[in-house]
Amino acid sequence: MKRLLILLIFSLAICPLAYAAPATDVAGKPASTVPSTTAAGPSQAPAAVSPAVQNAASAQVQAPLAKEVKTNKTITMSMFMVIIFFTGMIVVRAAKSTKTTADYYAAGGGISGLQNGWAIAGDYLSAATFLGIAGITSMFGADGFMYAVGPFFSFVTILLVIAEPCRNAGKYTLGDILSLRSTSKVVRGTAALSAVVVSTFYLLGQMVGAGKLMQLLLGIPYNVSVIGVGVLMILYVTFGGMKATTWVQIIKAFLLMMSGTTITVLLLWKFGFNLFDFYDAVASSPSVQNHVRGLLKHATPVSGFDYGQRFLEPGLLLKDPLDQISLGMAFALGAAGLPHIMMRFFTVPNAQAARKSVVISMVLIGAFMIMVTIIGFGAALFISPQQITAVDKGGNMAAPMIAQYVGGGAGSIGGDMFLAFVCAVAFSTIIAVVSGLILAVSAAVAHDFYVNVLKDGKTDQNKQLKIAKISAFVIGAVAIVLGIACEKQNVAHLVVLAFAVVASSNFPVILFALFWKRFNAGGIVTGLTVGALFAIGVVVVSPTMTYPKKIAADAKKVVDLLETKQASGVALAEKDLKALEKARADYVKNKDGKSLVGLDAPLFPLKNPAILSVPVGFLAAIAGTFLFGSRREEEMFDELYIRQNTGYGIADATDH
Amino acid sequence: MTEKKQKDWAALAKMPKFVELHSKKKAFLLTLWCLGSIMFYLLPICAGYAPDFMKVKVFGRLNVCYFFCLIEFAMTWAIALYYTHKSNTYFDPLTREVLAEIARGEHA
Repeated sequence: MKRLLILLIFSLAICPLAYAAPATDVAGKPASTVPSTTAAGPSQAPAAVSPAVQNAASAQVQAPLAKEVKTNKTITMSMFMVIIFFTGMIVVRAAKSTKTTADYYAAGGGISGLQNGWAIAGDYLSAATFLGIAGITSMFGADGFMYAVGPFFSFVTILLVIAEPCRNAGKYTLGDILSLRSTSKVVRGTAALSAVVVSTFYLLGQMVGAGKLMQLLLGIPYNVSVIGVGVLMILYVTFGGMKATTWVQIIKAFLLMMSGTTITVLLLWKFGFNLFDFYDAVASSPSVQNHVRGLLKHATPVSGFDYGQRFLEPGLLLKDPLDQISLGMAFALGAAGLPHIMMRFFTVPNAQAARKSVVISMVLIGAFMIMVTIIGFGAALFISPQQITAVDKGGNMAAPMIAQYVGGGAGSIGGDMFLAFVCAVAFSTIIAVVSGLILAVSAAVAHDFYVNVLKDGKTDQNKQLKIAKISAFVIGAVAIVLGIACEKQNVAHLVVLAFAVVASSNFPVILFALFWKRFNAGGIVTGLTVGALFAIGVVVVSPTMTYPKKIAADAKKVVDLLETKQASGVALAEKDLKALEKARADYVKNKDGKSLVGLDAPLFPLKNPAILSVPVGFLAAIAGTFLFGSRREEEMFDELYIRQNTGYGIADATDH
Repeated sequence: MTEKKQKDWAALAKMPKFVELHSKKKAFLLTLWCLGSIMFYLLPICAGYAPDFMKVKVFGRLNVCYFFCLIEFAMTWAIALYYTHKSNTYFDPLTREVLAEIARGEHA
C-alpha cells in the first residue's frame, strides 16, 4: 500500500502521467471508482481497491460523483487556438533571426537576465508542478507542501554551483565545459550520450504525460494528441530554435503565474485573506476528514482523533523517511545537471545575467509553489478529494476544477472561461517544456557528437545548423513514436530515473570538472558512465518496477477480505463485487510473474536510488581520476578555473 | 573559442588577486551550500523521525510542519539574495580587477 502510494506521487508529481486515463475515459464510459484497466497496469489496482472498499459506505450515501469535468468545448478549443496562434507568431518572428548555430542553440547569447529568469521558471514549472503538486496537496494535504520544497531547493545548487561557472566556461552544452578539461573525443562523446539518455527519459515522461493530459482536458484520443504535440514541437524547434523556445517559455511562465495568482486570490478572498480561517475551513471539511480516515484505513472513526488536523500534518503520503531523503537528494542535485536547464545559462550574455536570471526564477518559482499548495488545499475544501480522485486518480484535475469553481462554477461563463484558460496554460506548458528538451538533445547530437566528435569541429555554420535542425526533427519523430508505444506503460519511473541519473553522473562530474585540479578524462568518463549505469541498475531492482508477485499478494488480500465478508452473509455492493472480480483476475494473471529483470521482490528497498547512487557516482569519478591520470589534463585545469571564475575569454565564446 | 596565442594559464592562476578571488569564493559558496543543504535535509528528517514535533500547532490549525516548509522557502530566497549581494559588492569588483590585471599582462 505504502509503496503503491509513493508510486502514485511520482506519477502525478513529475508529470501528469499514466493515471489520467481510467476514470475520465474519453468515451465517457461509466467508469467505476475501481479502475479497471489503468494505464499503470495492474499494480495500481490494489491501491485503489482498498480505499474504495472502505469508502463504499459513505459513497453510497452521497450523491454520485461526476466522472469528468464539464468543459465548454467551444471556449476551450478557441483558447487553445489562441495559444497556438500566438506561439506560432513568435516562432515565425524568431525564425527570421535564427541564422547561426549560436542563434539556434543559445539565442545568440542575447536574452537578458530578466527574460531568462522567466524562461527558467517556465522550463521548471512543468505541467507536473502545476497540476501534479496541486493534485498531491488536494489528496494528501501537508505532504504536498513538503513535496514542493524539493524541486524549489534545487535552485540553491543551480545558483551556487552551476549558473555562473557554466556561463563563464561553456558554449552550448555540458560537453563544451568538459572538453576544456580534456581534449579527448571520448569525453565529448560520453557527455553527448549522457545528455541524450537523460533527456530522452525526461522527454518520454513528458510526451506520455502530454498525451494523457490532452485526453483528459480536451477529450482528444491519446495518439492524436501525442502526434499533435510532437509535430508542433518539431516545427517550433526547427524553425525558431532557442529564441522561439525562450519566448514560448516566457509567455507560458507569465500565463501560469497569472492563473496561479488569480485562483489563489479568488480562493483566499472567500476568507478575507485570512490564512488561518482558510486552513481551519480545510481541516473542518467533512469530506476532507472522511478522506483522511480512508487514507489511514480507520474503518470506523477513532473517537478524539482529529482527522481534519491530520490532513495538515505530514506523512499521509511520504512515509519512508529514507526514501524521502533520497528523493530530496535527487531533486537537490539532479535538477542542476539537467541538460535543458543548463542550456538556459548559455542564452544570457554574461555571468551577472546568469545569476540574475536564477534569482528571478527562484522568486517566481517559490511564489508559484506556495500558491500551488494553497490551490491544492482549496481544491480539497471546495471540490473534495473524493470528487478530484473520481475524475482523475492522480489528482491532476484538482487545479483546473478549482479554477472552474472560483470562476463561477460549471456551466457559468466565468467558470468555463477560467477552466479553459487553465487548460490552455497547461497545454502551453507542455509545448514549452518539450521544446526545451528537444533542443537540448539536438545540441548534444549535432553540436557535441556530429560537429566535435565526427568532424573535429571543422564544419561550416550552414552545415552545422542544418545538422542541428535535422537532428531536432529526428528526435521529435522518435519522441512521438516512443510516446505512442509507451501509452500503456508506467513511465513514471523514467522521470524519477532522469533526476537520479543526473544527480549521480552529471553532477559529480560537473562539480569535479569545475573545482578539482586533478580531475581528468578518466574521471569524467568513469563518473558519467558508472554513475548513470549504477543509478539505472538500482532503479531496475527497486520497488519502482512492477513486481507481479507483490500485485498477486495484494490482490489475494482483497479477495480474502471480500470473500470473508461475503461468507459472513453480508451482501456485497456492486462496487465490491467488481473489485472482487478484478482482484481475482489480477491474482491469476500475476501469481507466476516476475519483474523486468526476473525478480520476485525488489532488492533495493527505496523508490529513489539517489541516496546510494550519488555516493557511488562520486566515488567512480574519483577512482577513474586516479586510475587513468594524465599530467597534461591537470594543467588544463588552470585555464578552466580562470575562465569559470572570471568569465575570461567570454567574448570569444559569444562571437566565436 | 580557440586561443590565438598560447597563454601561460599556470602563471595566471598564481596571480595573488586570482588566488584571493577563488579561495574566498570557494569558501563562501561551500559554506552557503552546506548550510542550505543541512536545512533542506532537516525537513524530511524531522518529518520522518520526529513526527510529533512537526505536529505541534503554532497558530490556529497551522503546525510546525507548515511553518518549516515556509521557512525553507524563505531560507532559499535569503540565500539567493545574500549571494547576489555578496557577488555584486565583493566578487564582481574583484573579478574585474583580476581581468584588468590579465589584460595588463597581455599588453606588457
